Amino acid sequence: MAQMNLIHALNSAMDVMLGRDPAVVVLGEDIGYFGGVFRVTEGLQRKYGEHRVLDTPIAEGGIIAAAIGMGVNGLRPVAEIQFADYIYPGYDQIVSELARLRYRSAGEFFAPVTVRTPCGGGIRGGQTHSQSPEAIFAHVSGLKVVMPSNPYDAKGLLIASIEDDDPVIFFEPKRLYNGPFDGNPNQAAVPWSAHPLGEVPEGHYTVPIGKAAIARAGSDLTIVTYGTMVHVCEAAARGLGLDAEIVDVRTMVPLDTDTICASVARTGRCVIAHEATRFAGFGAELAATIQEQCFWNLEAPILRVAGWDTPYPHAFEWEYFPGQARVVRALRTVMEAG
Amino acid sequence: MPTRSRLHVPVTPARPGEISDFSWLRLSPAGAIARPEPGARSGDITFLADGLVRVLDDAGEAIGPWHPHLEVQDLQIGLRHMLLTRVFDDRMQRIQRSGKISFYMRSLGEEAVSVAQAQALRPADMLFPSYRNQGLQIARGRPLVDLMCQVLSNTRDMCKGRQLPVLYHWREGNIFSISGNLATQFPQAVGWAMAAAIRGQDAVAASWIGEGASAEADFHHALLFASVYRAPVILNVVNNQWAISTFQGFAGGEQRTFAARGPGYGIAGLRVDGNDFLAVHAVTQWAAERARTGHGPTLIEHVTYRGAAHSTSDDPARYRPRDDYQHWPLGDPVERLKQHLIRLGEWSEERHAGLSAELEDHVAASWKEATRFGTLTDPPRLDPHLMFEDVFREMPPHLRRQDAELRAERGQG
Repeated sequence: MAQMNLIHALNSAMDVMLGRDPAVVVLGEDIGYFGGVFRVTEGLQRKYGEHRVLDTPIAEGGIIAAAIGMGVNGLRPVAEIQFADYIYPGYDQIVSELARLRYRSAGEFFAPVTVRTPCGGGIRGGQTHSQSPEAIFAHVSGLKVVMPSNPYDAKGLLIASIEDDDPVIFFEPKRLYNGPFDGNPNQAAVPWSAHPLGEVPEGHYTVPIGKAAIARAGSDLTIVTYGTMVHVCEAAARGLGLDAEIVDVRTMVPLDTDTICASVARTGRCVIAHEATRFAGFGAELAATIQEQCFWNLEAPILRVAGWDTPYPHAFEWEYFPGQARVVRALRTVMEAG
Repeated sequence: MPTRSRLHVPVTPARPGEISDFSWLRLSPAGAIARPEPGARSGDITFLADGLVRVLDDAGEAIGPWHPHLEVQDLQIGLRHMLLTRVFDDRMQRIQRSGKISFYMRSLGEEAVSVAQAQALRPADMLFPSYRNQGLQIARGRPLVDLMCQVLSNTRDMCKGRQLPVLYHWREGNIFSISGNLATQFPQAVGWAMAAAIRGQDAVAASWIGEGASAEADFHHALLFASVYRAPVILNVVNNQWAISTFQGFAGGEQRTFAARGPGYGIAGLRVDGNDFLAVHAVTQWAAERARTGHGPTLIEHVTYRGAAHSTSDDPARYRPRDDYQHWPLGDPVERLKQHLIRLGEWSEERHAGLSAELEDHVAASWKEATRFGTLTDPPRLDPHLMFEDVFREMPPHLRRQDAELRAERGQG
């Protein structure tokens, strides 16, 4: 075991896979010599060479398309899109090609591509470096969609994604790269070394895709969330003295409805939280699924906490971000209802 | 002197009711273009992007440095495959009109592009076709019954009923799945070729798009990545003049040739008479040798003409003169190879008529066989539950639930 932050854990996952499987290649903008703008691929090109860790032109559509072609020819590409906000030029290749190749060719062709991309705000990135577009990928048939909330899960899920023969869109909440951010930007940053899930095995292991985690067991209510908001919600519930059960979704597709609904059925109350915009966000899918399966267990309406339905504004970042105050309000409302 | 800006709208040479005009088309005489070594620097051979490589002259004689000197038998096989493609297309068109299939796309006039290129490449070379490359399948020996069952979406459909007619794939024959979204396969072919180079394979990739689809970003991504990594790939732009109703000028063909996009990216660009079987074969061999010997990609523009409608849903009489194709200066690829073989003393009108009849019979027999596996209107029918398979390698719980819901809906629950 070693102390790793999210960056080290992701780096270690790729290092392990590049070492184990000669078919694994890593490609993206600035990821080779430089090691990536967030340092996630640092040292990999030096260790595995320029043929397996490739710097690419600034052309996200080209990166995804090339990765698909490589995948069809037996490689197992891990493509980095520098910011999730930049993924849209590659959206057609992801949605129309990567997601549906196995289907349209009746299983004769597939491309085992993992697309890694940093998402979320809280880093003064403005509206082009802060988005959380997981819902528009979860909506597409044929993609697996993953977002870890801690170093242990990040490494295990990334290895599972690389080993998976289906395409995986792997979101990395960039505000969590260096520590478990609780939503308070004025507080001194907490490093991952102070968190139990900053303890990460150095070798190979997987965290299964399609399984949610109980980040904290509790009985007062269930908070269903993922990514950065796992930590924000934990802090908010703690501040209120609530014994909240926190379900970390981890995988949007396939969704572990069993774990989520079992928890809500037990507690009878549910708040859903994500950083992405609220309207038609992934929270809507969660809320609909939970009420379909748990309606008669519910003692209060399900509430959603999310980013506002505006672009992510540079100057009003913390008024936009669904921080503890917004979570607390929802928790109170849900606890007081019924 | 103009004193203000001016919007230029490309002018379509002839619309319905007007006289066809191809005077703008820049041609080179057969044999006129030099043949550089396949390893030549792309910057030294830019003349290939502006000229027109032709081997067959108007009399059917093969001349000049690009003459590939193919065996007579190979020429006869090429003629057979082109003619089979045409007979197959014609039959599918008629069947669509009878309602047995929903949709079809013919490749009339473009048969040499697919057939000559498939013949010039090796079986291990990976092909990323567009929707008008059925000649690739035929030249690689795909049984017609397989193609017909796909077009029928029947119980032997390779796509299990998931794709529009003609969007074939053939793993065993190294022919990639056709998308239906234009140009997406172009940069994918480059990725495949990059992997071939990474893995030390000897195979090259080839891909095809129309000149209309070259307007898509994917075209430019393909050229960029091919250039940057010198990928062993042959990128073909089939300039058949028409993107449905839109003349090639709207894809940017008025100012420069499509082949000239290549040198702009540092790639060899080559413009060829796409209706000249020998010329297409020769330039493909050249590009394949260039790719296989580490000299990187080639962009080939095939100058040809879409003789038929875009698809069975299209009526070209609404946007171009009815007899436009008859005025096309580069003729018909089947007719030109036939004349060449006759000139060589290796073919005759009688043998040609005999071949046509044989192929008609073969297509008819194949159709009879294919319909045994079902049509749109007659059983057997594919199991609708196949729709839930292959979304993922293993069916996840939400799809298993939906599969069960459909069973209940169909009274099988």
